[in-house]
Amino acid sequence: MSDDVLRIRTPIGIKYQYSAGPRVSSHLHGLMDGRFVGKRCPTCHLVYMPPRNGTCAKCGCLLGEDVEVGQRGTITTFCIVNVPFLGQTIKIPYVAATILLDGADMGMSHLIQEVEAADVRMGMRVEPVWRPRDEWQPSMENVLYFRPTGEPDAAFESYAGQL
Amino acid sequence: MAERCAVIGVGQTHHTSCRADVSIAGLVREAVDRALVSAHMTMADIDAIVIGKAPDMLEGVMMPELWLVDALAAAGKPVFRVHTAGSVGGSTAIVAAQHVMSGVHKRVLTVGFEKQSDGNAMWALSVPMPFGMPVHAGAGGYFSPIIRSYIKRSGAPAHIGCMVAVKDRTNACKNPYAHLHEPDWTLEKAMASPMLWDPVRMVETCPSSDGAMALVLASEDVADAHTGPKAWVHATAMRSEPTAFAGRNQVSPKASEDCAADLWRKAGITSPIDEIDAVEMYVPFAWFEPMWLESLGFAPKDQGWRYVEDGVTEMTGRLPVNCSGGVLSSNPIGASGMLRFGEAAMQVMGIAGEHQVDSVRKAFGHAYGGGSQFFAMWVVGANKP
Ligand SMILES: [Zn+2]
Repeated sequence: MSDDVLRIRTPIGIKYQYSAGPRVSSHLHGLMDGRFVGKRCPTCHLVYMPPRNGTCAKCGCLLGEDVEVGQRGTITTFCIVNVPFLGQTIKIPYVAATILLDGADMGMSHLIQEVEAADVRMGMRVEPVWRPRDEWQPSMENVLYFRPTGEPDAAFESYAGQL
Repeated sequence: MAERCAVIGVGQTHHTSCRADVSIAGLVREAVDRALVSAHMTMADIDAIVIGKAPDMLEGVMMPELWLVDALAAAGKPVFRVHTAGSVGGSTAIVAAQHVMSGVHKRVLTVGFEKQSDGNAMWALSVPMPFGMPVHAGAGGYFSPIIRSYIKRSGAPAHIGCMVAVKDRTNACKNPYAHLHEPDWTLEKAMASPMLWDPVRMVETCPSSDGAMALVLASEDVADAHTGPKAWVHATAMRSEPTAFAGRNQVSPKASEDCAADLWRKAGITSPIDEIDAVEMYVPFAWFEPMWLESLGFAPKDQGWRYVEDGVTEMTGRLPVNCSGGVLSSNPIGASGMLRFGEAAMQVMGIAGEHQVDSVRKAFGHAYGGGSQFFAMWVVGANKP
């Protein structure tokens, strides 16, 4: 029947607290200090950056010593986002890249700017552009974006194991 | 030694972008009623119910299984909810099969569903992570860099994704339940489709669907007495791994390779491409067809794209993949895995209609979910295992 009420709109929302846990603390302190601090697995010796859970997924053990990794890194792979969506905070089109920081053994996602999207390449060397220091929070958002360093591209073999 | 188990009932809804005419409960009941008719049963015959769907955030209904108890006539019966993200439809069918294989239940109803039109999956899958950079853009934004890695690693030519998309969209026209019925796709037209998440084109992505799929699983004595078609469960396997860890292979995750190896071993299959007659594979982005062909052991490493290019996975090919049109043609997320499992069973049962492959003896159903981290697979066959 045409007068049936078939759908109603009911928005809901909530703010959460996130308990980061003590083992991520040095990483978050590092971000407040403009440094990238990861953690090394005492068993397989790989460096987690970020050390999100404080554990090594492969070895099942707690991560060990803090390791400050480089500011520069290599784009291992990326995506050019052309899709608008609800909740989007970055203007499209933008390049979301997986960046392997020098000395880390896993990539992390970040934004690439100061280069045309069509010119971004796998293997491209990049560096962070930090926000003004008085805006820093314990978050990777302290880095506005990464931009090309102008160094020669990293050889495919150097990051093929990270794909 | 586990008890034998067979699929004796299959029922699905017509998948579409918005079923404004029914609630989630009504949608689920539609698939359930069809599965019961196919099993020659009524609700009263069912011993237990296993239900699955993808993240509750997709519709904003927390623990919908509580709400659905009455729609499923489940009062007084055991209800079991499964959640493994996009692979949930497959995991749910496996848990239901285990209810039978354990010898605890004889007639188990299992159902997977999603009503994407009630919420916003793109938003729900792009929620910022604490202390990370909010660059994520839905499932496409997550999987597209992995696809780029595959293309680079394998040397695949750019048109392979479009070939898969054209094949699946063409197959879907033979499936009356498929969401997309778009008969006029050509490779040339597909290659002109806009880049949404470069290198992923619009045509290479799945639709957002409302839909449900239900199966009735039965013990050996019940299945033997059933006069309709049936598909025997030969083997099942599940594996998981975290989304991110140092040294992770994201193109072919270890959990995927291990899951497939375990499945083939349990099913007594030594050469999957020779022994499987029909494949229903979870391919929400077209490039995942060649990627999974390799990861699952149907094709050698870096050669999966050649199988696509040579037409091996066409409906008339050596290894027909997604004759139903697959996830690329219908994606009610929580049902999509069970659709793969159920469509595989339909091929064995000989009830797939226009998209039926000739004389299927063994079929493979596959689902994956999360950040390529949850895997569920089964082999069903015409003969008892
Ligand atoms: Zn380790």
